[in-house]
Amino acid sequence: MPSSLSMSRNLKSGSTLLLVAGALALSACASKAPKELPPEPGPARTTTQPDSGEALGPRPGSQADFAAQMMGDDTIYFDTDKYDIDAMDQQALAKQAQWLMTYPEKRATIEGHADERGTREYNLALGERRANSAKNYLISLGVAASRLTTLSYGKERPVALGSNEQAWAQNRRAVTVTID
Amino acid sequence: MKTLSALALGLLLCASGPALAQSSGTFTPEITAPTQEEAQQSDGLEVTVSDDSDWQDLGIAITTFATDADVPTQTTAGTTGQLGHAISQVVAGDLKNNGLFKPSGPDGLPRPAFGEVSAPNYRLWSGNGADMLVQGYVHAGNDGTLTVGCYLYDVALGQQLEKGGWKVAPSDWRRAGHKCADMVYSRLSGESPFFDSRIAYIAETGSKDHRMKRLAVMDSDGANHRYLTSGQAMALTPRYSPDYSKILYLSYLNGQPSVYAYDLTTNSQKLIFRTTNPTMAPRWSPDGKWVLFSMSQGGRTDIYRITSAGGGTPERLTNGPGINIGGSYSPDGSKIVFESDRSGSQQVYVMNADGTNQKRISFFGGRSATPEWSPRGDLIAFTHIAGNLRVAVMSPAGRNMRYLTDSWQDEAPTWSPNGRIVQFFRTQRGSGEATIWQVDLTGRNERKLPTPVGASDPAWGPIRR
Repeated sequence: MPSSLSMSRNLKSGSTLLLVAGALALSACASKAPKELPPEPGPARTTTQPDSGEALGPRPGSQADFAAQMMGDDTIYFDTDKYDIDAMDQQALAKQAQWLMTYPEKRATIEGHADERGTREYNLALGERRANSAKNYLISLGVAASRLTTLSYGKERPVALGSNEQAWAQNRRAVTVTID
Repeated sequence: MKTLSALALGLLLCASGPALAQSSGTFTPEITAPTQEEAQQSDGLEVTVSDDSDWQDLGIAITTFATDADVPTQTTAGTTGQLGHAISQVVAGDLKNNGLFKPSGPDGLPRPAFGEVSAPNYRLWSGNGADMLVQGYVHAGNDGTLTVGCYLYDVALGQQLEKGGWKVAPSDWRRAGHKCADMVYSRLSGESPFFDSRIAYIAETGSKDHRMKRLAVMDSDGANHRYLTSGQAMALTPRYSPDYSKILYLSYLNGQPSVYAYDLTTNSQKLIFRTTNPTMAPRWSPDGKWVLFSMSQGGRTDIYRITSAGGGTPERLTNGPGINIGGSYSPDGSKIVFESDRSGSQQVYVMNADGTNQKRISFFGGRSATPEWSPRGDLIAFTHIAGNLRVAVMSPAGRNMRYLTDSWQDEAPTWSPNGRIVQFFRTQRGSGEATIWQVDLTGRNERKLPTPVGASDPAWGPIRR
């Protein structure tokens, strides 16, 4: 369902903005740990505070950078009650893994979600199972398990707010969020 | 500690010269004439709530409770006289709102004098079609405590059926009304009481994608509402301990969803088990000694039990595959009904309390989830998912499944202390707004509970002692 996926990516821009804001808020923490490797390509930047100028774009290696680079592929989607990784998910996770290999100091949380059409507790377990599927696939691509944690929100944090098949398809997801 | 002590009645009312309250004036026509069937019922009073059609016609007059001296009280209701009216309203509300009776009063009915409380004017009431009569009184003690008496009379037989008395702290005055309603209900139905009980639930506010969820408690009729958490951390799925001293619930306080025990006497909380894995779906054993919780690890989820006192290593009761979650003890504590998707979809299973002998019991098509064993032991309530989510009941053997509700999304049933009423929450399509409802076992008497904001995950506690 490419149409629903592209729509979900548009819808996701709202949450992406929130993530950027979160990254900014956490910049103090990031500067406390200056161990980060410099980004490989491009001109070296001397700014210690990230994202001071919007025109420069997100600081490479930040969550904002991850979200921007992924262009929606920070999220994978699942069928009803399912948690398997399909071909499309594999592409997205490969892209995530590539970024994570580029910044080997970065840790990430994979947030698992379910749609609203299930019972609350089961959906919490299902979200965890989905996040774990994504995690295992990233590990199989070479990302160290110690860098990845999972967090389930069950049906508590929908990204699409409708009560229809399209919205539910967008909400059955696992989102990778890197930790700045 | 709040106290509510039952009293032997008689002391206060021993000098009750039957006052001649022949104030025959404004009697309401709300009391319907009794039918033959009801006349039979008032002989034996062998009535079941599962067929309530006759019940509702039973004319029960609930009168304003009298007082020996109209003096100020430390309650919000006012003087003892005003309190007598407020208590009788609690009684009438309990009996009416649960769809079990259609009582009349207290407004619009004559007010019995204090001396009349133990010596009713049967002629007056029978002349106006009342089958049953509830009278009572309020007495303020010197220490601020309140004594409330409650009398149930069969008007046709001209005799007292039951009486009860309770001494309560001013802050607990509504409990006296619930105890009176319980007494009337139990005597007329033969069922165990349930009104004097509390409900823990999740209060919901805010938009669908940023809903704030707070732990909250209230009386069975929605009164004495109180928030226990601020909403900064999302709270879900509370369960009252059998003695009402604690609430187990899930919180995102530390990021990862974890089960906490909230202590209501100290207003403090602690993790039930310290782990980096998510823990969820907490449940008490009937004796309060054990806690069930579910823990996810490596994508699978299993049910564990741990002592409620804390400490010790949790014992795993299920062993995959897939998701095993929830769990509800049989009233004798010997068995646990739970939910598992080991067959490929959510279904209901029963096992012994030590985890042995796990057997699937739901074979209905669709998915079956959130099983809750009735405190009576005779039924299991659950959520049936086949497109819509509906609340249903079945026998502990998985037979005689029938729906109690029919809506877009009803889930997570919880039983009244006597196992005759099921509460659940209903989610509105689109907005996602949640409200708590209850329904009796006929499925006919469905009612929304009054809550200040959105409400979900109700957990009905036991009858209070």
